[in-house]
Amino acid sequence: MATTSSTSTKPPAGPVKRRGGIRGREGMAGWLFVTPVVVILGLFLLLPIIVAIWVSISDWGGKGSPLGANFVGADNYEALLTKPGLSQQNLATSLRNNLYYVILVVPIQTVLALVLASILNGRRLKGKGFFRTAFYFPSVTSSVAIVTVFLFMFTGTGVVNHILGWFGIHGPNWFNDPRGVLRLILSALHIIDQDSPPGWLVNNHFLGMSWYDWLSGPSVAMCALIILAVWTTGGTFMLMFLAALQDVPDDVLEAARVDGATRWQTFRSVTLPALRPTLFLVITLGLIGTWQVFDQIYLTGGGGPAKTTLTPAFLSYQAAFSDFKWGQGAAISFILFAIIIALTIIQRLVMRERKKLPRRRRFGTVPPVGTGSETVAAATAGGSR
Amino acid sequence: MSSATATPPRAPLAPLATERETHTGRRIVKHTIAYLVLIVFALIYIYPFLIEIATSFKSGADATANPLSLVPSKWTTEESFDKLGDVDFSRWFTNSVVVAIFVTLGRLFFDSLAGYALARLHFVGRRALGGAIIAVMAVPGVVLLIPKYLVLVQLHMFDTYFGMIVPLMADAAGVFIMRQFFISIPVEVEEAARIDGAGTFRTFWSVVLPMARPAVITLTILSFQGSWNEFSYFLVARGSPQLNTLTTGVASLLSGQLGAGNQFPLKLAAALLMTIPTAVVFFVFQRYFIRGASAGSVKG
Repeated sequence: MATTSSTSTKPPAGPVKRRGGIRGREGMAGWLFVTPVVVILGLFLLLPIIVAIWVSISDWGGKGSPLGANFVGADNYEALLTKPGLSQQNLATSLRNNLYYVILVVPIQTVLALVLASILNGRRLKGKGFFRTAFYFPSVTSSVAIVTVFLFMFTGTGVVNHILGWFGIHGPNWFNDPRGVLRLILSALHIIDQDSPPGWLVNNHFLGMSWYDWLSGPSVAMCALIILAVWTTGGTFMLMFLAALQDVPDDVLEAARVDGATRWQTFRSVTLPALRPTLFLVITLGLIGTWQVFDQIYLTGGGGPAKTTLTPAFLSYQAAFSDFKWGQGAAISFILFAIIIALTIIQRLVMRERKKLPRRRRFGTVPPVGTGSETVAAATAGGSR
Repeated sequence: MSSATATPPRAPLAPLATERETHTGRRIVKHTIAYLVLIVFALIYIYPFLIEIATSFKSGADATANPLSLVPSKWTTEESFDKLGDVDFSRWFTNSVVVAIFVTLGRLFFDSLAGYALARLHFVGRRALGGAIIAVMAVPGVVLLIPKYLVLVQLHMFDTYFGMIVPLMADAAGVFIMRQFFISIPVEVEEAARIDGAGTFRTFWSVVLPMARPAVITLTILSFQGSWNEFSYFLVARGSPQLNTLTTGVASLLSGQLGAGNQFPLKLAAALLMTIPTAVVFFVFQRYFIRGASAGSVKG
């Protein structure tokens, strides 16, 4: 408001000095305009990072100001990464769980999104809008509401097991079942015996956890969360693919057809290369998003059963807010931060590479790489909502 | 351009009558498969919401016995909506509304101000600031839960409306969306306003902002949806039950802090009521949602 009055009273000062005056006032106005955002982001984003760095290398116990705590160096990180004990075990467990979550969610949701988008992109399809809305709607609803519905559907006698029952399958008690799926499969195939697992798997350890435990696979409970994640985020990625598909030039597709390419050949040699930037974006966004899974873990019972749905994001919350190990909680945050930032940097490097590369595509019109929305999406990958 | 020329000449491609026939035959099969796949997935996507609605009108026993049925054996709200009063649901709802309104207004004003400055105004440090804002967007939200709590406590803002609202009133992604839009508006318009003697704020407020309507709507919707659905931040920003929003309130139902039984009709009724406002906004402004889809963040 102040700017309005001060600047609008100025003009009489004259046409002579106008240009310099505007630039001068513009500098002031520029900073005034960005001040609220700078203050808020500075206080609630930048400052927290600095405080957290300090807490992660101090022995702060949760009382009083963190500034009064003692410097303990890398103690918290050592307890998590190198010193055998509960903290190390928990971190290893959470990393294992999240790793399986990522390995399963990212490919499945990417393929699902691509398949749905390709079908929806058909020209003569009716009801496109309806299907698009149906697939996208879960992405805009609250994670709390969705988890509520899933908890109901995945009970022992719930919707999912009812449907499985039609096919004669006796479904598990999903969210209460800690059995590792990979182990179940391997023992069903008689490759391992669950009662006496092979010694070399049990006796070798990494991060304080035996190879046998690393190779348990996601638990049945985690599988329910994987289904939930694919179901929820598939729609967003489908929209991204759909937008990219609409940019694939029709004349090129037509040319491929004239040359006698089958549908599958056209898809593989024309559509898929044109989709590569989007495909890459979707995969990295998926990787970054899945490493941050928190809401669902909190809502389905905080890492249970038997810690098989514990993830680093939830572990850091639990360490701080339930166990009052603030230093370790902050340290876990930074370990997770490192994983995510590494993924983000790889993504940006590759995206930049793509821009620099000479346009190798055989066909003329190339959808512009790094349009506005793509850049935002890439940059927002962290999801600081 | 290309699509205009390429859409019609499909037919001339099939030279022989027999070939054309097999083609159309195949096309019908392919079409049927495509529709079948879509319908199966549409069921998978829609049915859970239908179950949510149906269960809100069932008794607990009915919900457990017939989880799949969309028609309650006896319509009742005794174990669902009628019980919402016991859990302070209206308070959660009010809190969510208050938070969402203030956060949305704040983001609209602050993000567009900053977006405009970064797009148009020449000031020292503009480039650095723009870069910093993009960098800030890459910081994953969940790793900041502990430090955000610490800062709120230090600033005596923990467990207050103020602390729940103000930190959310600016977001880097919103600034970026607005900046991108302002860059696309021709400068001449503003120059005309300036020559007419309007100040910087005046130019922004009465000339540029009204032109940015699509971006403003997109940002409004993303902000509303974001703050309405926000969960993890409110988990650490408040402690007292009076400050529960719908997300943290319903979450407290899920962790089973009350009564016996599984209470599914109650939980699903609460989840349903909390979904309705987003659903309404979504169906009314769908195209803006879709525009902002890639700009919004990704759920984990």
